[in-house]
Amino acid sequence: MNVTATLLGQMITFSLLVIFIKEYLWGPLIQVLEDRKKRIADGLAAAERGHHERELGKKRALEIIREARDAATQMIEQAQARTRDIIEDSEDEARSAAERLITAARAEINMEMSRAKEQLRSQVITLAIAGAERILRKEVDAKDHEQMLTHLAANL
Amino acid sequence: MIHASNAPATADPTTYIQHHLHPLQAGQGFWTFNLDTLIVGALLALLLIWIAYVVARRPEQGVPGTLQNIVELIVEFVETQVNDTFLTRPSPLVGPLAFSIFTWVFLMNSMDFFPVDLIPKLTEMSGIDHFKVVATSDPHTTFALSLSVFLLTFFYNIKMKGVGNYFKGYLIHPFGKWLLPFNLFMTLVEEIAKPLSLALRLFGNMFAGELVFLLIAILPWWTLWIPGLVWSIFHVLVVTLQAFIFMVLTIMYLSMAHEVPQEDH
Repeated sequence: MNVTATLLGQMITFSLLVIFIKEYLWGPLIQVLEDRKKRIADGLAAAERGHHERELGKKRALEIIREARDAATQMIEQAQARTRDIIEDSEDEARSAAERLITAARAEINMEMSRAKEQLRSQVITLAIAGAERILRKEVDAKDHEQMLTHLAANL
Repeated sequence: MIHASNAPATADPTTYIQHHLHPLQAGQGFWTFNLDTLIVGALLALLLIWIAYVVARRPEQGVPGTLQNIVELIVEFVETQVNDTFLTRPSPLVGPLAFSIFTWVFLMNSMDFFPVDLIPKLTEMSGIDHFKVVATSDPHTTFALSLSVFLLTFFYNIKMKGVGNYFKGYLIHPFGKWLLPFNLFMTLVEEIAKPLSLALRLFGNMFAGELVFLLIAILPWWTLWIPGLVWSIFHVLVVTLQAFIFMVLTIMYLSMAHEVPQEDH
């Protein structure tokens, strides 16, 4: 085959094609590919971080639940202790009140006894005087022997 | 040229083949233009330009559409090839050049898949005698590509190495300065063989492929589908591979032109 001007024609077509591709296709498309690669890398990194965050979140949640449970248990214990204290206090109070009543009662009994003793004493004095009067068939002068008789009564 | 279009192909195989291999020409002597080659080449280049325009005017940043996806695939493939092959930093022309070569050669080669009689018959109905569709089976196309590439390597060689160093290379490589005539001879042979082989490899493959299709077309219609099928499937590989090889060799020659040689003498 001989060389004809077709060669020049084809070279011109080729040059125009290359120039067009270089100016209008290459730059933007390479940029798009780079951007997309970066977006994919960022997306994967964000997904990794998201995973990590989720793990941490789960751990935190478990911790919070545990703390809550501990606090609840503590509060229950405190309430129970308070109950016990209240019961003890009221028992003590009851006991001391009973003691006071008993003491008061005893004091009253003693007082009654003393009063009774006093009454008896005076009656005994009267009886003793009457007896002595009868025994002696004389009228005893109460006033002379009062001192001796009070002394007798005091010894009762 | 004998106009044998209405005769059955099996009647006169030689004429049939010769008719199909003759390009549509206009002009005389050096100024003959193979119009079919030029028109098909230009149309396919326009197709590429149109696709490039449509894809690049508003590129989708997120998930791309199908066309953009395919174009991106090829662009990324070419860019990877360039960056892997180059030892120095490639000039910004190399990527687009390699892309254009690959896609344009692939499209032109693919014209071979049309049934051999289809387009010539259609053009005949409009009064045109011949129409060879496969532009790369015209050596003018392959030589145009190869010569363009070699002009570029020449320019890059001069640009990167300097005029003196470049021509000194002819005298010094590969044997050393005492075998100067040998060096000159070997380097000249290499420098001529490279563009020649680049062009002829593609031309030979495409021309032979077309010829085989024509030979298959001569067979009777009820047997030709077997070899036709086999050859078509094989030709898919050949078409893609030849485009790829042309592109890879271009990138390689350009990368060698970018190299600044170490001072080792």
